[in-house]
Amino acid sequence: MSLNISLLTRLATPQLSAVKEKVLTSLLAIALGAVLLYGAGFSEMSQLHNAAHDGRHSAGFPCH
Amino acid sequence: MSLDAVINWSAFKRIVATAALSGVLAGLLLTAVQQLQIKPIISQAEVFEQAAEKASVAIDAETHVAEHLDSAQHITTEMDAHIHSHGQENEAMQHEHHANAWQPTDGVERTAYTALANVSLAIGFGLFLTAAFNWRQSSSQHTKHSANDKMDGWRVGLLWGLAGYLVFFVAPSLGLPPELPGSQSAPLHDRQLWWLFTVLMSASGLYLLVFNQQLAFKILGLVLMATPYIIGAPEPLAHEASSLQALASAFIQATAIANALLWLTLGALMGYFYKKFA
Repeated sequence: MSLNISLLTRLATPQLSAVKEKVLTSLLAIALGAVLLYGAGFSEMSQLHNAAHDGRHSAGFPCH
Repeated sequence: MSLDAVINWSAFKRIVATAALSGVLAGLLLTAVQQLQIKPIISQAEVFEQAAEKASVAIDAETHVAEHLDSAQHITTEMDAHIHSHGQENEAMQHEHHANAWQPTDGVERTAYTALANVSLAIGFGLFLTAAFNWRQSSSQHTKHSANDKMDGWRVGLLWGLAGYLVFFVAPSLGLPPELPGSQSAPLHDRQLWWLFTVLMSASGLYLLVFNQQLAFKILGLVLMATPYIIGAPEPLAHEASSLQALASAFIQATAIANALLWLTLGALMGYFYKKFA
């Protein structure tokens, strides 16, 4: 409990929470990008592989 | 504690809108260019690939006989051959697996799925690029402005696009050149891992090199960028027949141009829309 309170106090410090906000906002966008990239470029599911085949080769991704 | 406390939703929406719009446009442009200069090379390679698959069935039968003859005299050689042929079987099974599953029919359907894949890739790349750009913009508000940070809109976007091209295409291609369907290469997972490692090293190395003022960090950046090549990319077991080499180098050239176009367009559009969506 005491840990939670000290964490909240720290989060409430404007500068620190601004940094935290910036980091997590960027990470969320990057995670979304990684999901798209994985599906189109790396997933080994046959259907995804076959659908994205030409796109993967042309982007220079390891394909087969 | 709600997510609102740690996620800046208006910044997030700006990143997503910028990446989505730039990604759709750049991905469609890539598809058009690709159909003109890359697709014909892939089609040619597939003719060779299908011929090779038919031939390998015959060769497999021969190697089996050879292995059995060998085993009487040289157990170790037989083991080597066995390990080798196992690798080939796995590759062949994987290929068959992909071939038996659904695949788009040649023509409009195949092109449509390629366009979809290109747009997904471009939006994904766009999200990385915009997130990094947004990160940089909000960092540089507090620090000394470099000449780079004073630019905005599509001009600075072009530079970011160039960085994306170096990190996501040029750096991995130096070790693993873009491959034609059916070419000989090292195991897939090793290559994917090296690709990912190279992208991460190049991105962080380039960031330190460009944005850090201290010499020591710039040198560290260069070291990071060199690491993947010091370790070395996974090597193929066998090398290409010379008849395919001309096609392979035409393919590398075509992809180098198409990806440069993709990244420069993506970067310029990203800079433009990021400013517009402020």
